[in-house]
Amino acid sequence: MGAATMEASAANAIPLSKINVSNPDLFVDDTVGEHFARLRKEDPVHYCADSAYGPYWSITKYNDIMAVDTNHKVFSSEAGVGGITIDDNNVKSDGLPLRSFITMDPPDHDAQRKVVSPIVAPSNLMVLEKTIRERMQKILDGLPVGETFDWVDNVSIELTTQMLATLFDFPFEERRKLTRWSDVTTAEPGSGIIDSWEQRTKELQECADSFMTLWNQRVNAKEPGNDLISMLAHSPTTRNMPPAEFLGNILLLIVGGNDTTRNSMTGSVLALNRFPAEFEKLKANHALIETMVPEVIRWQTPLAHMRRTALADHEVGGKMIKKGDKVVMWYLSGNRDEEVIERPEELIIDRARPRQHLSFGFGVHRCVGNRLAEMQLKILWEEILARFSHIEVMQEPERVRSNFVRGYNYMPVKLHV
Amino acid sequence: MPTINYVEPDGQVLSVTVDSGISAMEAAVRNAVPGIDGDCGGAAACATCHVYVDPAWIAKTGTAADGMEKDMLDFAEDVRETSRLACQIKVTDELDGLVLKLPEKQH
Ligand code: HEM
Ligand code: FES
Repeated sequence: MGAATMEASAANAIPLSKINVSNPDLFVDDTVGEHFARLRKEDPVHYCADSAYGPYWSITKYNDIMAVDTNHKVFSSEAGVGGITIDDNNVKSDGLPLRSFITMDPPDHDAQRKVVSPIVAPSNLMVLEKTIRERMQKILDGLPVGETFDWVDNVSIELTTQMLATLFDFPFEERRKLTRWSDVTTAEPGSGIIDSWEQRTKELQECADSFMTLWNQRVNAKEPGNDLISMLAHSPTTRNMPPAEFLGNILLLIVGGNDTTRNSMTGSVLALNRFPAEFEKLKANHALIETMVPEVIRWQTPLAHMRRTALADHEVGGKMIKKGDKVVMWYLSGNRDEEVIERPEELIIDRARPRQHLSFGFGVHRCVGNRLAEMQLKILWEEILARFSHIEVMQEPERVRSNFVRGYNYMPVKLHV
Repeated sequence: MPTINYVEPDGQVLSVTVDSGISAMEAAVRNAVPGIDGDCGGAAACATCHVYVDPAWIAKTGTAADGMEKDMLDFAEDVRETSRLACQIKVTDELDGLVLKLPEKQH
């Protein structure tokens, strides 16, 4: 592609010290990869002195990322010191005390994670598989064949939202509220989603009220339901959870499972269009869905980075990171590290170790929803292959302008039976 | 070449003979022992290689190490005194005959 080649030379023309991979425009045209490739080769632990987010370190190689991700004593996730995204603003939460364990360090983190993690464990989620599958079937059966439509809104967003509604047994007709609350949780004024912090507080209060009502209804039920709220309300370790903590955890599950799953669904279709021979392999052997799903999650890398803050001076890849420095682990770059992953730019749906990728992070914060996310994609592709011979991507997708959420706003497709 | 015996939750025993020096996680993955995924490749960073060391062997393998191994085991299900991350057990001639039980579930 012309644009990519031009950008590749642009990436090589910039002085190393001026490379700034946090620029969200590089994610819109998907040229950031060229910059990462250069950093991996010439300066894998790179200091950017000047950016819209202040100075920061980029960690670009797989093994260095692993070293930072598994050293939570030095590299903190704590909201109070900076949180988990390159943008410090994302941790502001005026009004409601909504801290959740993703922005806590041990030991606080551990206590809360232990409460939530068994609830999203695969064994627990098996009971929801049937409902999820039925709802997916219905959406797929309702899609127009031979006409161009937007896969993002009609399928990825709709499916993800329905899935969240299923997980919480949330009133089905009001399900788009969940998407809204997820967007509002991570929004700041001026982003186009909310106008003021007051508006954010007000909307999240509505969210809190709504979930408290559901909790109260379900906590007294004789036969606890199979949804996450009933599980929280009936489990001995969580039934006395303070309301703010309950809401913080609910919101974390909504936000954690929203954009990430949505963009993996879109990414999976795009990836199999880009690599038609892999799609043929899959059609010839549906059992490959097992390894295709984690591979698609690697290829997409729905969260491009996670951020940490150094609590002490510490050496990474030969560079001395100073106490207080902002450290960005670029999962998107580590997932393209040719020293660890063979032919990393390519989608290869039958890799021997497909789960050796960084998309879910590693260490104490490793995604608790990883097997749930995989389950959703697996069901989606089983149902797609049962219906359609091809999902044709009609033009380049429109990408989200973000260095954190790596995803798509719009992708027109045409279905073939 | 030491032999390691993996006991599946249903009691079935899978015995594999491997080179000294690799980990008990790698030994399982290379021989397709079900129930040990090893997502992180042995960095004690994913807890998908949780095993129970047979009490007769725990003196030789040692119990879980402080730091990453204990931190990660904290999130595994049904953790016991004899719980270890298989990727942190190095297979040696001393461990020939080692018995490792697999937990009911692991993700
Ligand atoms: C493909 C889809 C997904 C991707 C790529 C993804 C990615 C991640 C990543 C990278 C982290 C680590 C955060 C850190 O190290 O700071 C994480 C944590 C987390 N994810 Fe996911 N996630 C996905 C799906 C889900 C789903 C479906 C849920 C809902 C159940 C979920 C809930 C969480 C939670 C609660 C955490 C916090 C864990 C902790 O801090 O201990 N995620 N996710
Ligand atoms: S392989 Fe990941 S913890 Fe052992």
